[in-house]
Amino acid sequence: MKKIYVNEEWCLGCHLCEYYCAYANSGIEDMAKALKGAAINPRIRVEGDNQISFAVSCRHCDEPLCVKGCISGALSVKDGVIEVDQNKCVGCFTCVLSCPYGCIQPADKGVIQKCQLCTNNSHGKPVCVQGCPNKAIVFEER
Amino acid sequence: MNYVIIGNSTAAVGCIEGIRQVDTKGEITVISDERYHTYSRPLISYLLYGKTDRERMKYRNNSFYKDNKVKTILGKKVVSIDNKAKKVILDNKKSVSYDKLLVATGSRPFVPPMEGLDDVKNKFSFMKLDDALALEKAIDKNSRVLVVGAGLIGLKCVEGILDRVKSVEVVDLADRILPSILDVTGAGMVQKFLEDKGVKFHLSDSVAKFEPNKAHLKGGAELDFDVLVVAVGVRPNTELVKEAGGDVNRGIVTDTKSQTSLKDIYSAGDCTECHDISCNQNRILALLPNAYMQGETAGINMAGGNASFDKAIPMNAIGFFGYHVITAGSYDGKEYVEKTDTTYKKLFVKGNHLAGYIMVGEVKNAGIYTSLIREKTPLSSIDFDLIKENPQLMAFSRKDRKVKLGGAK
Amino acid sequence: MNDNFISPLDYIAPSFEVVRNPDKCIGCRACERQCANEVHHFDFDLGKMVANDANCVNCHRCVSICPTHALKIVKNNDTYRESANWTYDNINNVIRQSGTGGVLLSSMGNPEKFPVYWDKMLINASQVTNPSIDPLREPMETRTFLGKKPEKVEFDSKGNLKTKLTPQMELSTPIMFSAMSYGSISYNAHESLARAATELGTYYNTGEGGLHKDFYKYGKNTIVQVASGRFGVYKDYLEQGAAIEIKIGQGAKPGIGGHLPGTKIVGDISRTRMIPEGSDAISPAPHHDIYSIEDLRQLVYTLKEATNYKKPVIVKIAAVHNVSAIASGVARSGADIIAIDGFRGGTGAAPMRTRDNVGIPIELALASVDQRLRDEGIRGDISLVVGGSIRSSSDIVKAIALGADAVYIATSALLALGCHQCRTCQSGKCNWGIATQRPDLVKRLNPNVGYQRLVNLVSAWTHEIKEIMGGMGINSIEALRGNRLMLRGVGLNEKELEILGIKHAGE
Repeated sequence: MKKIYVNEEWCLGCHLCEYYCAYANSGIEDMAKALKGAAINPRIRVEGDNQISFAVSCRHCDEPLCVKGCISGALSVKDGVIEVDQNKCVGCFTCVLSCPYGCIQPADKGVIQKCQLCTNNSHGKPVCVQGCPNKAIVFEER
Repeated sequence: MNYVIIGNSTAAVGCIEGIRQVDTKGEITVISDERYHTYSRPLISYLLYGKTDRERMKYRNNSFYKDNKVKTILGKKVVSIDNKAKKVILDNKKSVSYDKLLVATGSRPFVPPMEGLDDVKNKFSFMKLDDALALEKAIDKNSRVLVVGAGLIGLKCVEGILDRVKSVEVVDLADRILPSILDVTGAGMVQKFLEDKGVKFHLSDSVAKFEPNKAHLKGGAELDFDVLVVAVGVRPNTELVKEAGGDVNRGIVTDTKSQTSLKDIYSAGDCTECHDISCNQNRILALLPNAYMQGETAGINMAGGNASFDKAIPMNAIGFFGYHVITAGSYDGKEYVEKTDTTYKKLFVKGNHLAGYIMVGEVKNAGIYTSLIREKTPLSSIDFDLIKENPQLMAFSRKDRKVKLGGAK
Repeated sequence: MNDNFISPLDYIAPSFEVVRNPDKCIGCRACERQCANEVHHFDFDLGKMVANDANCVNCHRCVSICPTHALKIVKNNDTYRESANWTYDNINNVIRQSGTGGVLLSSMGNPEKFPVYWDKMLINASQVTNPSIDPLREPMETRTFLGKKPEKVEFDSKGNLKTKLTPQMELSTPIMFSAMSYGSISYNAHESLARAATELGTYYNTGEGGLHKDFYKYGKNTIVQVASGRFGVYKDYLEQGAAIEIKIGQGAKPGIGGHLPGTKIVGDISRTRMIPEGSDAISPAPHHDIYSIEDLRQLVYTLKEATNYKKPVIVKIAAVHNVSAIASGVARSGADIIAIDGFRGGTGAAPMRTRDNVGIPIELALASVDQRLRDEGIRGDISLVVGGSIRSSSDIVKAIALGADAVYIATSALLALGCHQCRTCQSGKCNWGIATQRPDLVKRLNPNVGYQRLVNLVSAWTHEIKEIMGGMGINSIEALRGNRLMLRGVGLNEKELEILGIKHAGE
């Protein structure tokens, strides 16, 4: 299955993926309108400085500790994509405790959010990948 | 193959999903003394809090049994296992045969003998959905609630009802709240937070004697209450296996395959003991993620697959009104502490490994620490000074990151 | 006092102004992180992005990367009382030199308003007679071979070739990437060029920087250069290449050597050039062992001898006044290929006055060299490659019709890699990761992307060349070569037409 991978050697640490992610999940069509003056809470995060940097988002693990540990059954795997049903989530953060990559974040209203490969928004394919200026983030089969 | 599962909660669901990874045909029968579709027990506090409801708190959706071809026998209790005849006997004298059996009987509240307790009318445990529903019926905005036990269950109960009652007081024999997961500093911060919300604590104290609506504490205080919740601890339900001749210590003894000492009988969840790799001891780890993974492991092995659950560690994520606590591992070794007014972090380093950690208030990326414990990552292979500051993947070598993030095998 | 204080006498208003649309800027700070010139920064007091225009070189990195396209760079309209004679640049340069006492440095190609003869020549097409060819339906050959061509070919009784052919370079399309050294451009730029040349079936050129061992694997598509500094030249190097180029001169700076400062001679660059870290890499203006065609011949044969006569030798010269006489000499030196670089050719760094005022246009040089070699009956002894601002496929068609066997491109290749011609390569702070050795900047050029863009560009041009040739009713590059009847001049005087050897439009 196609997943998001980051090639560290090409990551520029520009943080654009974070903004594209926030935009993609904002539900607003215009990026400037979506993000102007907003503090973003993206599902992908860039670690590092301008020497070494890399973006990290959900690995969609084959053995997902977050799903197995989810106390409410809000996290599930659908066609390989780990999804969260925010309606079921109670915000206990057991997934935050479990994720070895730090890829689950608190969302608004006391629930969690995570990368769902943009299957959950109107963009359909990962916008961080499309927006990466150096093709450091790729969406491919490995 | 004919699979029988005693229990209908996390471990049982893990087992069903484990079996179905290997065997899509075999017959699965779930037997539970609870009448409900599988639901998440830890969610009962959220049910009272209003963050979930009966429908949303179902642990799996309504078509779960149908999708997994599971037969359910609900509202019936298994009274014994006949492991020679390979069948379980129900409380209605009927029996159910099995080829492979999972005992996922969980635990029950422990209520120590306390003088006058029998005279208290409105007294509750807080384990099951029925407990929560009964408690909900008993409380109103004028209720004065006394909770005995400042552990995970007691305090989640407090969170669930605090906004719905007049007052909540908590008594615990320990010198701090959440004593099983927090040290004095961390507990103090959470206690302060809860006190600011209006909860009153009586620590290092216990109930000497109950009157129907009053508790006399050993320390001398007298607490009036309308509703009493007893949440001092739990006991594993080990009897079925013990009576069938299986090895039982404090919990049912299982190996990393989730198998008991009895042939074709597996066990998973809060009724078992498993091997805690953070302190290298067998102990009961009554945690939902462990229950699921033990159950799944059992299921896979019952169906002829090969799985091991050999990475069990204690770990807890708990929060109150948006103030979060995450802890894992064992609190043994050299300590690194960082503290602000509202956040607290303590790491325990033993030798070349992270043994455990406590995070209060700020829990971002905590799972990176958890994985250091689970995977027994040698600290010499990472930049510990960096990861000490913040859990981050930058602390790993480029090569390790390539494996973690690049899908390199 | 602030070190950066500029005296009023030295002050020159910024050339560009950064214009930010406040309605579109989302404060993501990508522009700030991506600008090596430190133009942008987020002002926390003001709560918004601000710019220091004085640092802007107009490389367009920020404009391109801004996710909401909130940025544009405009020319500063601050003005002097200019005249046609005393232009803004002329005035500024005097001010600059009065302050520093230094030579003006610049890079990329000559930006001045000299005639571009490509734009004054038009291409023919067939109508009715000698019908045009549809390249989608019929074969169209863009393959060409560079090297000496035998006067006649002989076969034995069984039809086997008896004539001994000298080594040839086979090009699937008559476009090669011209010399840019590792050092002047980045590792990733080099990798992009090498991989693209390999995929395209053509060649790239190491320039005078040696050849990084990582790129030995692209050897059969590599031209290795031997220049006056002889950096990185040794047996393995020569053997790796498919051809060897002796660089005598460069269009952007004829008669001038090169100077890569010691600060850039670090790590792999020092190893590849085979000079100590931190030492200046000085390429002398002349080859100190070449003062005559005879001397050149010695070097040509030294290199041939060293490589067992298996590799063609190219001699690259800048297009200067007596270029045709020099070319004639080169043809007699034993070289297999002559490369001529016109005065609009690019550079990583050159004295501005040289770049803008020395040399002649490649179109005129090409026409006169081709004519001279033909007149002397030695055109077949040598192949002719031209460079120095080939901007499009039609420039290539015109060059070949004027007599070139193939062309060299470099500026166009850099544009494909992201270069926006800010002409400040010499600063070493290329925001596109091309003309820089700063690791954080170098990685901005992902060769997986870069090589594909080069392949795209050359493939597109090749496709266009086929279309244009088809229109002329010509189905192979070889048949187009020197076919000056296919060109007509517009707006050219008699002398220009005579040198170009073409008729005026309408004739």
